[in-house]
Formats: sequence, C-alpha cells, structure tokens
Amino acid sequence: MKDPVKKYFPLFVLPVFICFCLCFVWPFIQGVYLSFCNFFIPKDATFTGISNYVTVFRDTSFWHAFLITCLYAIASIICVNVPAFFIAYLLKEKFKGVTLFRASFFLPNLIGGVVLGYIWSMLFDGILSRFGTYLTASPVFGFWGLVILVAWQQIGYMMIIYIAGFTALPEEMLEASHMDGANRFQRMTKIIIPNMKASITICTFLTLTNSFKMFDQNLALTGGQPIRTLENGMQLKTTELLAMNIYSTYQINNHWHGTAQAKAVIFFLLVAAFGALQLYATREKKEKVKKNSSRGKKV
Amino acid sequence: MNTQKYTVRKIVFILISLIWVMPIVFSVLNSFKRSGEINTDMFSVPTGESFVGFENYNTALTFGNYPFGQAFLYSVLISVVSTLLIIICCSMAAWYIVRVNNWFTKIFYGACLFSLAVPFQMVMFPLSADASMFGMDTPFTIPFVYLGYGAGMAIFLFTGFIRSLPYEVEEAAVIDGCNTIQRYFRVVFPMLLPVTISVGILEFMWIWNDYLLPYLVLDMTKYRTIPIQVQYLKGSYGSVDLGASLAVIVMSLVPILIIYMLCQKYIVKGIAAGAVKG
Repeated sequence: MKDPVKKYFPLFVLPVFICFCLCFVWPFIQGVYLSFCNFFIPKDATFTGISNYVTVFRDTSFWHAFLITCLYAIASIICVNVPAFFIAYLLKEKFKGVTLFRASFFLPNLIGGVVLGYIWSMLFDGILSRFGTYLTASPVFGFWGLVILVAWQQIGYMMIIYIAGFTALPEEMLEASHMDGANRFQRMTKIIIPNMKASITICTFLTLTNSFKMFDQNLALTGGQPIRTLENGMQLKTTELLAMNIYSTYQINNHWHGTAQAKAVIFFLLVAAFGALQLYATREKKEKVKKNSSRGKKV
Repeated sequence: MNTQKYTVRKIVFILISLIWVMPIVFSVLNSFKRSGEINTDMFSVPTGESFVGFENYNTALTFGNYPFGQAFLYSVLISVVSTLLIIICCSMAAWYIVRVNNWFTKIFYGACLFSLAVPFQMVMFPLSADASMFGMDTPFTIPFVYLGYGAGMAIFLFTGFIRSLPYEVEEAAVIDGCNTIQRYFRVVFPMLLPVTISVGILEFMWIWNDYLLPYLVLDMTKYRTIPIQVQYLKGSYGSVDLGASLAVIVMSLVPILIIYMLCQKYIVKGIAAGAVKG
C-alpha cells in the first residue's frame, strides 16, 4: 500500500522546515563564514581569512576563561556527582516522605539561571558581609560561589538519573554478595559502582557540557567581576567562563565581532567533541551490557 | 529493625531538605524586609522594625521603569505560544519523518540531531540579526524563532516515540475511511500524549527561563520577559533596591512553584527527558 502521507509534505513538515532553516541552518552557515570575516552586521562582512583565529589564540582573556572553565568543570563534576550519587543511593528505596525529599532536591532545576544567580549573589553577600567582605571582592569567592550554586541546582537532576540507574541494578547480585559475606564497602566498590557505570558516564558528561555552556548563572552571579587590568590595557574579567567570554568579546566594539564569532566556532567544536565522546562512551557501555545481561535500557 | 533504619535516614533528610529549600525561604522572608536591613541582617525573620508588609511588592510592580505585570504577560505569551507551536508542528513533522522514509526526511532528521550538539553561542550573533531582518523580533513572532531553534530536541523525542507506535492502528483507521488529516489528529496525536507532556514541559521550562535569546532578539526598551527584567535590575548598580528586587524574584517564582506542586511527577519526567541535549 502506497502511503498517502507523502503528498501532505507542505502541511506537516514545511512550517518547521522553514523555521528550522531560517533560525538554525542559515545562522549556523553564516556563523562559520563570519568567523573568517570582519563585520559589524552580517551584511557588511569582509573576508579576512584566519586573522580572527590568530587574534583568539593571542587573546589572554580567552585563555584565562578557558582555564577557569576547565577548573570549574572539574570542580563541578566532583561537587555535583558525588553528593548526587549518595543522595540517590539513600533515596532509591521507597519509604514514607521519599517523594517529598526527591521533590525538594529537584526543585532548583525549575528556576532560571538568571534568577538563581540573583538569589545566590544576595545570599553570598549576606554571609560574607559578616566577615567584612563581599562576593565580588575576590575571584576565589566568585569561582566557588558558582560551584556551590551549580551543585545546588544540578544535584537534584543527576539524582533522578542515578535513581533510575539504581532501580535497574540486578537485585540477585546484591543478595548473593550479601550471602557471600561482602561488607558494605565491598558491595559498593565491587558490585554497585561497576554496575552503575552507564549512569555515572551520562552524569559526568552532562555536568561537563553544562559547565562549558554555563552562561546565565555566571552573568547574574558575578558578571565576571572582579575586573583586572592587564599590562596591555585590556580588561580581564577574572570570574568569566568561556560562554560569557564570547559574549563580552562581542560587546567590546565592532572590531571584535569577528573574533567573538571565531571564539564561538571554537566553542562549538569543543562542545560537539564532548558530545561525540559521550556518544562513543555510552555506546560501548551499552554493547557490553547487552552482551553480559539482558539489561541495556538507558538513555 | 528496618523501620528504625529509615527513621535515622528520615531525620537526616528532613534536615538536608530544609537546608536545600533555604535559599528560597530566605528570598521570601527578605522580600518583606526594609531594604537596608537585608544586607546587614539577612538571616533573621522580619519583625516589628524591619517588617514592611507588601511595600516592596508595591515598588516592584513598577520597578526599573518597566511594569512587572507587562514582563510577566510577555513571558506567559511567549512561553505558551512557542510551546504549543513546537508541540503541534514538531509532532506532525516527526510523524511524517517516520512514515515517509526518503532521502529528504533522513537529511532533515540528521540535521535535527546535529542541532542538539550546537550551543546557542554558535548561532546567536547571526540569529539576532536575521531575526530582526525577518521581522521575528516581537513577542508575537519570536515563537517562530523558538520553533526553528527548538525543533531539533522536540523532533528527536517525538520520532523516538512514534517509531514504537503500532502501525496497525493507523491502517485500521485508513480502512475505516479516515483521510490523512483525520488519521493524524484523531488517531496518532492522542496516542502521543505521554511524550507530548514531556516535550511540552521541557520546552516550556526552557523558554520561560531563557534569558539570552529574547535579550538578543527583542527590543529591550519595549519588550521584556521576566529573566530580562531580573537581569536588568541586577545590572543597574548604584541605588539597587534590594527589597523590591527580591519581590520581583519571589513573584517570578510563585507560578513555577504552584505548577510544580500540582504536577510534580510529569515535570521531573519531562525535564529528565532533556538529558540528551548536548
């Protein structure tokens, strides 16, 4: 039977297709092209070759933001995943009140980054004022402030993924290890963690990409402050992460638009590389799991 | 013995959960305090001297030279219209992609997957210029930007679900005399309900909280959403009225908290569905 759906293309696909092309495909192609141009608005772009990329690699603020983002990613991977794992471990069983606990951990996920940043900047200022200082007084405060904020926001999210992983754990294996006399620690390191690898991989990659793409919280919490003036007169925002660096480069003046777009392209390649790595890591896991047992239903 | 184990756990988690919601509790408490007292004594309950009732809320309604009600309405308008548009258009496209399997749908689906890996920073400068060129820079037309930019995620989730649907049901509908439109809206679309809820919540929460896209696309003097308004208050240093800012924050939290209490289960599921977004 020839499906008559085919001729309904204009109604079913065309609206999305047009918007998708106008708002994603075309800006994406333009974005790649503009990273090789000097431009104020996309219309008056003049081709300048790779000079924008050369500027990026000589730009101190870019390398500073890159370094801070890497440190920040490591800190938040640890500070989000370790607590989330143990909270999920303790909340995996059903007991009275467990839904409420899970709900309160998940709650911060619903609040937008800008609002979160505002709430926490006020809280941190309130706490630090007792010690006669304030949040934007030192880059160290801003850095760890952002880590705390993100831990507060994302622990609940990762908890949900870990709980899903725990419920899929083979019950018999745990019971058998219990009978064989394995203690709590042995069960955790020998049985639970190896079987939770799929969830751990997913959460680690999620935290990694989230930290690289962090923008709203960064902007609202410190806005990059405190600012340090470099020897060449350029301003360096000391708590600025990569995504925000792209944005503030664009804001400097018209001559920086091309450089900002070149940074965006590098940023895209980085994030896409993480995505590809994640795909590779989870696919391998899935195959292994399928081989070992019948379990293999994971995102 | 088992119950005792849980008792300890319960007490510990009651304490941790209380700490967890503290930032929100302090925001609410301080929104009723005199501005001067918020910074010096943030962690006390407003009493006598420092309590100002709804004065901060009154100020907040017109704070930052922009009525809060207007920002709120624009936020609601943009989020609701965009979400509905995404649900309807993307589910239709996803169904077409699954049922018509040719080179075009394959490429389109591939492009949607690719878009999941692209961060907004990559397209934001050209997009904001294009959006104003195509006249998509008002709250009434920005849903089309969200439709285009958010299509990848929605189509990905819808196609995954539609692939698992039994084809026989549709065949039966066709034999019973349904035309393609009826077949989709009467038979297929109702079956998509679980994934529609997930997609709806995911996209709604994203658009409701989104700051950068509307900030770059909309004309800020005329149109502001809640995140733009909040960031504007934060940005205007100098004489910041902390109490009024907190009142704005609390007013922006209330609708989310109410919706969360009403349909918590769906929200958790819906947001967790976004785990694939790169």
